[in-house]
Amino acid sequence: MNVIETGCLGKRYGKSWALLDCTLAVPEGGLAALVGPNGAGKSTLMNMAVGLTVPTEGTVTVLGGRHVGSPGALDDIAFMAQDAPVYKNLSVADMLHLTKNLNRRFDQSFARARLAELDIPLNKKSGKLSGGQQAQVALTIALARRPRLLILDEPLSALDPLARQDFMATVMTAMADDGMSVLLSSHALAELERVADYLIVLGGGRLRIAGDIGDLLAEHLMLSGPAAEADAHAARLEVVQDRRAAAQAHLLVRSAGRPVPPGWEAHSVSLEELVLAYLRAPGSKPAGARTEPAEVAP
Amino acid sequence: MTVLTLPAQPGQDAGHAVRPVPWRRMIWVTWAQHRAMLIGLTAVLGAVAIFLFAMGLYVHHNFSALMACRPQASPACQALNSSFNSTDWTIANTLDILMNLAPALIGAFTGAAVMARELETGTFRYAWTQGIGRVRWTIAKLVLLGVAIAILTWALSQVFTWFFAPFLQQQDTLTVLSATVFDTRGIAFAAWCLMSFTVGAFLGMLLRRVIAAMAATLGVYLGLAVVTWVCLRQDYPVALVTSNASLFNYAINRQSGAGGGSFPSTAPNNSPWVLSTWNVGRTVWWRYIPVSRFWPMQFIEGGWLLVLSVLLIAATVWLVRRRAA
Repeated sequence: MNVIETGCLGKRYGKSWALLDCTLAVPEGGLAALVGPNGAGKSTLMNMAVGLTVPTEGTVTVLGGRHVGSPGALDDIAFMAQDAPVYKNLSVADMLHLTKNLNRRFDQSFARARLAELDIPLNKKSGKLSGGQQAQVALTIALARRPRLLILDEPLSALDPLARQDFMATVMTAMADDGMSVLLSSHALAELERVADYLIVLGGGRLRIAGDIGDLLAEHLMLSGPAAEADAHAARLEVVQDRRAAAQAHLLVRSAGRPVPPGWEAHSVSLEELVLAYLRAPGSKPAGARTEPAEVAP
Repeated sequence: MTVLTLPAQPGQDAGHAVRPVPWRRMIWVTWAQHRAMLIGLTAVLGAVAIFLFAMGLYVHHNFSALMACRPQASPACQALNSSFNSTDWTIANTLDILMNLAPALIGAFTGAAVMARELETGTFRYAWTQGIGRVRWTIAKLVLLGVAIAILTWALSQVFTWFFAPFLQQQDTLTVLSATVFDTRGIAFAAWCLMSFTVGAFLGMLLRRVIAAMAATLGVYLGLAVVTWVCLRQDYPVALVTSNASLFNYAINRQSGAGGGSFPSTAPNNSPWVLSTWNVGRTVWWRYIPVSRFWPMQFIEGGWLLVLSVLLIAATVWLVRRRAA
C-alpha cells in the first residue's frame, strides 16, 4: 500500500506554480524524508496531502486510495503543521482534551506520560511554552491519536540540536511500536540521512527524484575518467551531473548494473551528494514555459 | 475464476467508512475555545441588564409618581412631567440608540474572530486535520455560539422592553412599531444579534483578518438595518386598507421621506403606522399597519433574519470546505 500517491499534481498561486507535475508514490512503513530548499514546494505538497490545500491540477490520494480530507483519511492521519500551531490561550491539558474530543481515538495516558517525561506542565498555557516545548506538545498530541500516517512539516526547525534528537527518537519509537508511517519535511538533509528509508527531493516546485534510499544509493555511481571520452559516455549513460575539469570528468550517473567503461574509476556517492546533484541538475530546472515557482505559505 | 465472483472483502474498505466523531463532543470544544468570549459577553450583557434594571426601577418610580399626580395642571405635576420628559427621556433615548447599535457590536466582537482568528494564527491547520472534519467543526461551532448569543441577547431585550415601557405611554411619537423601538423588543433584537454574529463569522472566513472582518461586519449590519427601516418593513404583508376615517381622526397624515410613512405627530401610542393615503372621489383611503400586527411583524422579521443567518452559516461552511490556501 502507498501512504501517499500523487499523479501530475500541481498547485498554482496566482501566476506562479508552487508545485508542478508531481507524480510519486510513497510506500507504507518507514520514514519518508521530503527534502529541498526553502520554496521547493514541500509545504504545498503536504498541505495537499492533508486536504488543507486544493490542487490546481492532478490527483492525490492517501493510505491506499482514500480521498484526501475524507473521514477515513482524517481519522488515520495526524498532521503537525509548520511552526506547530497550538491554541495559545489553552492550557496543555486543554489541548489534550480538545484533541481527544475531536478524534475517535486518543491515548490520553500516553500523552500525559510523555509530557511528564519532557517536564512540560499540563496546567501551563500553550502560549507560555518555548517554541521547542510547543513543538513537543504538538508532536505528543499527534502521536496520541495513534495515526497510521504521521505528516510532519519542518518539525525540527524550532528545536535545538538536543531537542531534535529527542524528537526524532520519539518518532522512531512510535514507528517501531505501531508500524506508523512518517512523512517528514526538512530543508536540512543531514539529520534525516540515518533515519530515513525513502527520499523525495523537491526543487523549484518540481519533483527531482524519489525512491528507496538503499536503491538510490545502489543505482548511482560517480564515474571519473578522461574528459576527452566523457561526451561519448555521457550520451550513452543517464547522467545526473556532469562536472569537467581540464583533463578529468566526473559524471554522476544512474546506471544500475551497467559496466564501468575501461579506464574509468567508479565510486559510490553519499546521500548528500546525490541530493545536491539532483537539485543542481540542469535538466530539472523549472519549466521555462511556466513561471518560477515560489513558496507561498498556505 | 471463482475469485472474480467473490464479494468484496469487508475490512478492506473499513478505513473509508469510519463512524464519525459525535456532534456532542463539539459542545466541550466550543466551550473550551470560546469561553473567554462567552464569559465576556455574559458579563457585559449582565452588567448592562443590571444597569437597565436599576434605571428601570428609577424610571418606573418617576412614571407612577407622574401618573398619580393630581391635579395634573398643578405646578408640582408640571415639574414632574417636564423632568420625566427631559431627564428620564434623554437617558432612555440614549439607551435606545445604544440598543439599536448593540447587534453590530456583538456581531463584530463575537463573530468576526471565530473563523478569522484560526486563519490568522494558523491553528486552522490543526483544527481542520482532526478526525471530526472541518465541516462538522464549523457547523457545530457556529450553531452553538449562535444559539448562546441569541439566548443571551433575547434576555437583555426583555429587560430593556420593561425599562422602556413608560416611554411608550408617555412619548406621543413612539409606538411599538417605531423603527428604533421595534428592533429592541420581541424576538427582533435576538434575531438581529444572531444575524450579525453569522455575518461576522462569514466575513471573517472571507477576509481572513479579524480587524477587517469586524469593520466589515459593522458596515454590513448598519447597511442592512437601514435598508430594513427604509424599504423592507413597510412591505411586510400585514398592512390593512380602510376608509374608516374615525381610526385616524386625530391625525393629519404627514408623509416623511425616509420611512415611506410616518406617525402622526399627535397620535396616541396605540396609533397605527400610516403608510399612505389617497382619495377616491370624496372618500379618503388609508393604508396602515395597526400596532396589533406587532407580533406578525416580529415573526416575519425574526424569520427572514433566521433564514439569512442559516444561509450565512452555510456560506461559511462552503468557504471552509473549498478554502484553497
